[in-house]
Amino acid sequence: MTAPLLEVIGVYKSFPGTQALRDVSFELLPGEVHALMGENGAGKSTLMHIISGVYLPDAGEIRIEGHPVVLRGPRQAQDMGIGMVFQELSLAPGLSIAENVFPNRAPTRLGGAIAWGELYRRTRDLLSPFEINIAPQTLVRDLSVTARQIVEIVKALSLNARILLLDEPTSALPPNEVERLFDVIRRLKARGIGIVYISHRIPEVMNIADRVTVLRDGQKVATHDIAAVTPDRIIEEMVGRKITDLYPERAAEIGAELLRAEGLGRENVFSDISFSLRRGEIVGIAGLMGARRSDLLRALVGVGRIDTGRIFIEGKPVRITSPEQAFGMGMAYLPEERKTDGLFLKMPLRQNVSVTSLRDFARMGLMSARKEAAVTRTFVNRLRIRTPDVEQIVGRLSGGNQQKVMFSKWLVRQSRILIIDEPTKGVDVGAKVEIHTLLRELTRQGAGVLFVSSEFPEIIGLADRILIMYEGRIVGEIPAEQATEQSLMLLSSGYQVETQSAGV
Amino acid sequence: MADDAQMPAAALSDNVSPARPWLRRLKRFIGTRELPLLALILLVVVIMANRNPNFLTIANFRAMAVGFTPTAVIAVGMVILLVSGGFDLSVGAVLALSGTLVARFVLDGVEQPIAVPAVLVIGACIGFVNGFLVTKVKINPLVATLGTLSIARGIAQVMTEGISISGLPASFGRVGGEQLANIPYMVLIMLVIVVIGDLALRHTRFLRQAYYVGSNENAARLSGIAVDRFRILAYMLTAALAALAGVLLASRLMAGTPTAAQGLELQVLAGAVIGGASLTGGEGTVLGAFLGIVFIGIISNVMTMEAVSIFWQQAVTGAILIAAVAFDMLVRRRRV
Repeated sequence: MTAPLLEVIGVYKSFPGTQALRDVSFELLPGEVHALMGENGAGKSTLMHIISGVYLPDAGEIRIEGHPVVLRGPRQAQDMGIGMVFQELSLAPGLSIAENVFPNRAPTRLGGAIAWGELYRRTRDLLSPFEINIAPQTLVRDLSVTARQIVEIVKALSLNARILLLDEPTSALPPNEVERLFDVIRRLKARGIGIVYISHRIPEVMNIADRVTVLRDGQKVATHDIAAVTPDRIIEEMVGRKITDLYPERAAEIGAELLRAEGLGRENVFSDISFSLRRGEIVGIAGLMGARRSDLLRALVGVGRIDTGRIFIEGKPVRITSPEQAFGMGMAYLPEERKTDGLFLKMPLRQNVSVTSLRDFARMGLMSARKEAAVTRTFVNRLRIRTPDVEQIVGRLSGGNQQKVMFSKWLVRQSRILIIDEPTKGVDVGAKVEIHTLLRELTRQGAGVLFVSSEFPEIIGLADRILIMYEGRIVGEIPAEQATEQSLMLLSSGYQVETQSAGV
Repeated sequence: MADDAQMPAAALSDNVSPARPWLRRLKRFIGTRELPLLALILLVVVIMANRNPNFLTIANFRAMAVGFTPTAVIAVGMVILLVSGGFDLSVGAVLALSGTLVARFVLDGVEQPIAVPAVLVIGACIGFVNGFLVTKVKINPLVATLGTLSIARGIAQVMTEGISISGLPASFGRVGGEQLANIPYMVLIMLVIVVIGDLALRHTRFLRQAYYVGSNENAARLSGIAVDRFRILAYMLTAALAALAGVLLASRLMAGTPTAAQGLELQVLAGAVIGGASLTGGEGTVLGAFLGIVFIGIISNVMTMEAVSIFWQQAVTGAILIAAVAFDMLVRRRRV
């Protein structure tokens, strides 16, 4: 057996009030992809930060290629051959690939002028093993998310990294691009580079990882060879309980029509969009990146114009030109990006919940902090939001809890038409199940849900009916019971569309 | 995962007192800007009281308060703008224009109860132009309000041919010159505006929107807040308060002066920022801004008493502003 590249031995780390890691050991072999899984707060990020030198462990040891090291800062970790690729990419969009790969380290001529030819040549050399035919001069702004991810990896490699930490590398990628990234990962493996792979997505881990280590509540639960473990087992270990049925039962009855769109179109974005949503129903929109699903949702709530077509709410034709108007008609909108579009991260929990219904929390124009707190507390209990109290700054909550706050702010309004872009993005397994259950409960009370998800299993498991979008059009509609991931993938890739048009 | 990964430091400070809300509340209260600022003001007062017997006198404090009244009145609007993520450089010019306009009207025989509201409305209109340019035309507030600054100042100069309008009837000078129980009327008006402004920004539904808009404009819009409308109203309110300040100053000076309040915008901004308002929006209180302006007022009073040249005083205001912003940045960086 080869010597491990990296060993973490019996590491402890505590923050005031919490024991973030307790006696955690972990090892990474050359050429291995070692997945790290666990719910939010399980200690994955703390462990990552320890490996990348951001935190010093309270106790325990780190060895690199057998030598004990003390990592005092990310810079030192870099020098030891540890490269990090974080979830939110850190590239400068206005600069070229080459400039991003060699920031501050560009080869120079006499007098400090950058030797551009040399810079581009070196960048090309680094990119070539991955069969990416993009000129090093290309601006990062013009690259796809996948290509950016690869540039990040190449950047780490340019520092001679032998250990790569990938934090949710596929979370921003369209499904059909994931394989491209995996290809890169396999080539890295072949070069003997060890990869720590953090992901929430079990199928990916099953596909790409050699081993998986599961953390829960700051402790290591187990390390498995991927060949010897089942997805169910991993989930069980992550959540610490058996999840018998991941998705809640479908609706018993579906009622009157809530929302109907007829021939909606917007130049160069989407066209001929017709669908309906009924009381008690959950409709999922499947599609790949660029299918314009999010644009459609935004247009429905008055963000972004609609050129043609009509919208009906409970049978009555309506014109929606602003979000205020849409919300006034009983719609609610949960955007995909909760940090930039959804929450007020610096403001307390209660003020994030009341924002959609300020009038209900005011008497004679004055806000009642007491009422805000009381109502928010009911949602904290009902949705099991983990927070010390309702005054907590929302930016300090975990992703899953932030997502629940987003739901709370619309539940306050008792909106009937919930329009949701990625209901469980960046949310751990436990919170995901809770959100799905919540959505079902809401539909049982008469709401209708229209949602977009990039995860086919989520669409199939949660929806009653599935619409498939491809290049701005709805190309299919299937009842969820009849849908499979394969069929959704085919339709989402425009497969049927093209064969049909070829047949005409 | 992403969320905890990004804020290790936040996680650190977060866990200090999860189970003790009162401790958190106490920390939040002391952590605000008002308390240290108040302590600083008291410190300066104590030191000066021992240094100069003329400092701690009713006459001196009255003069000081009258001096910073226009600044403080405008600061109420400015801090609301800052909280909502905007700002306005045209306030000094609007003050000057309003002062000359009200003087002109009164001199031309318009009844004061009509002339004063008319000038406030004109001020609000300039605010509307600012707000419209910023929200609908999407011009950067710096450029938009710098433009209206120039225009308003220019109109004031043209209208008066650069000379102060004087010869106003004595009745016009009452608010600016007379006092109630040793407190000048204009200071009373200022205090009322500050107190109402502070309570309103803390407690009213309408002004709560400032914090939402300034913290996250996208999220505010997607939560159903009419962001543009709010911003325009905030600009109108600020300009109307600047117009009121212009009327008060004209009443005190018994003249409409087109060159009044040059550089006042800097003082207003400095006061608000010293008082804890953030130039990036989402933070600030009227009380803090008021204390910031009191602080600047006391410092310039001290400098006058110590016979520092008036020209140096401007430089010192600038230095205090930079020091306050720098301090703010350091604190913030540590927090993030």
